[in-house]
Amino acid sequence: MKHTLAILVENKPGVLTRVAGLFSRRGFNIESLAVGVTENKDISRITILVSGDDNVLEQVEKQLNKLIDVIRVSDIPADESVNRELALIKVGVDTTTRAEVMQIVDIFRAKIVDVGIKSLVIEVTGDESKINAMEQLLRQFGIKEMVRTGKIAMNRGAKVVQSEKR
Amino acid sequence: MTKQKMSGARAVIESLHCENVEVIFGYPGGQVLPLYDELYDADVRHILVRHEQAAAHAADGYARATGKAGVCLATSGPGATNLVTGIATAYMDSVPMIAITGQVPRSLIGYDAFQEANITGITLPITKHNYLVQDAKDIPRIFKEAFYIAQTGRPGPVLIDVPKDAQTELIEFEYPQEVKLRGYKPTYAGNEQQIKKAASLIVKAEKPIFYVGGGIIFSKASEELRTLAETILAPVTTTLMGMSAFPTAHPLSVGMLGMHGTRYANYAVQESDLIIAVGVRFDDRVTGKISAFAPNAKIIHIDIDPAEISKNVRVDIPIVGDAKNVLKSLIKYVKIEQAKTDGWIKKIEAWKKEYPLTYKKDKLLRPQYVVEQISEICPDAIIVTEVGQNQMWAAQFFNYKTPGTFISSGGLGTMGYGFPAAIGAKVGKPESTVIDISGDGSFQMNSQELATVVQEDIPVIVAILNNGFLGMVRQWQELFFDRRYSSTCLENSVDFVKLAEAYGALGLRATRKSEVKDVIEEAVASKRPTVIDFVVEREENVSPMVPAGAAINEILDLE
Repeated sequence: MKHTLAILVENKPGVLTRVAGLFSRRGFNIESLAVGVTENKDISRITILVSGDDNVLEQVEKQLNKLIDVIRVSDIPADESVNRELALIKVGVDTTTRAEVMQIVDIFRAKIVDVGIKSLVIEVTGDESKINAMEQLLRQFGIKEMVRTGKIAMNRGAKVVQSEKR
Repeated sequence: MTKQKMSGARAVIESLHCENVEVIFGYPGGQVLPLYDELYDADVRHILVRHEQAAAHAADGYARATGKAGVCLATSGPGATNLVTGIATAYMDSVPMIAITGQVPRSLIGYDAFQEANITGITLPITKHNYLVQDAKDIPRIFKEAFYIAQTGRPGPVLIDVPKDAQTELIEFEYPQEVKLRGYKPTYAGNEQQIKKAASLIVKAEKPIFYVGGGIIFSKASEELRTLAETILAPVTTTLMGMSAFPTAHPLSVGMLGMHGTRYANYAVQESDLIIAVGVRFDDRVTGKISAFAPNAKIIHIDIDPAEISKNVRVDIPIVGDAKNVLKSLIKYVKIEQAKTDGWIKKIEAWKKEYPLTYKKDKLLRPQYVVEQISEICPDAIIVTEVGQNQMWAAQFFNYKTPGTFISSGGLGTMGYGFPAAIGAKVGKPESTVIDISGDGSFQMNSQELATVVQEDIPVIVAILNNGFLGMVRQWQELFFDRRYSSTCLENSVDFVKLAEAYGALGLRATRKSEVKDVIEEAVASKRPTVIDFVVEREENVSPMVPAGAAINEILDLE
């Protein structure tokens, strides 16, 4: 079972190490990780994608809550949230394949952000499965390099992950 | 308070003043020179140990004896890493401690400077929290937070790493009145609904048992525990950490449970229909084979740390809160006209008669006899232990009356803990007799502290149960490795009497039963740091015993 955890933390040096250390100590593999500052500059939000059974996950959430610098841990349910990831993919092209690659880019509503004689850099945004699908299709042309941001997620509707309890 | 200009080092000392710290256990070095210069004429007592590990254990022993955070101090690099075992020991047993370390100047951090170690990184998994002072003006806030974090909620060690140049930097000192930590808000009051549910289970139970641990001692909840146990007439079993939380001689006491617990405690747990677990964590040494643990019991689990709830076993009624608070509320809701536990108590009484905790009582000097004699001659002593057989016998054969009079490394099981922890306990409770029940193996891990106790005149008594073996490991080799005593024999052992004398302490020896009482009395009367070498039976085993991986009712008596 995959879970997306949104973790609000103090925006201080060393906090990511504390959070990541906790996962490694429990033998949890972090599948993806994204960190950035929130609307409050003192608070960062870490989004972590992990898999594990519910008991183990409950224990990880509790252990995270024990960290002094962790303000809030929230499990973001996949079906009631918006999930996005961004990837940059450098694909090798020549005159015969360039058009076909551009077509795929179009279909996926991705963007070409750099054009070279032998390569294109494609920017694609979407949920995990969309990016996986895009990668799959581009593989035949030769992916020279690929970088993904890690997933970020937000609840749909009025529900928010708050730093303070109301 | 008006702001005062002072150095970072002075600010550290002022912060300790503001926290009413009376004593620091430490060892100087290059990167704490400014701090030690301030200590030179500060009115905080500094106790110079002979190895930093002992400073950490002494701070830990002080904290357990007094309930206040213990403070230790070491230099950067090796000084800091030598604290690590002591910090991990305190972390596993939830002991409030402040560890202060020197660090190389900020401009050199990360450059492998002389005596540099990333001690905040190293202690990340063994501290409740830690700090690297990046800016000297943060020192008052960091100390305020550190003491607050160490001593509230589930207590634990907090480390503060202070770079040398932050110690010399001038700052405006103002100690904050309160802490602002949005990520740290421990829960003290239990949820009222949960407490009511628990009360209704308790009232209905026919075979209830209290399973209590260190949480009772830390929250000073022994009185409440006793009241509730006597109200519902339920037996009380304690963990090693909970030893002394409930009087050993109380008719409802069934002693310790688990691997070296009493048969009757283990039987009672396994047959109970309700376990009221307070301030415990269902450790593997307690539960044995977890799938076979208390198969018929519903479980109420009271703990201040939400992460302990349902960590090892699924519980029916979790209550997060301070043990004392929750037990108080429970007492309010548990209304019993006539206790339903008569049959249950009778059954336990019968087990107690049939399977008493005992040992072979012959002419030979057996270690259990030494512990019994200490119990008789020094009934109000604070007992500190090392780790291994000595620790188990100290738990089994001393008659504990007062909460907090048993101090032992339960979680980490640190050999060498007892003697320095006894130093801390004696410094914190100078009016008490403090006895380290030791083994010849463990004592040698920190025997250099004899120099400390003599220099500082700290009259602790070290009672070595000397069997010339690393006894607990030998016991396992006897039972499970065909008596192949691989590297557990300490033959041609040290002359502990001469060792004590070499340091200027009193050294005594007993080799016969008839000598035991005299040497203990002599040690107490001397009011000097004393080592007693009890030359005991070599291959005595700790009994009874639950083999690793077995259910706790599959308990064996050992010869």
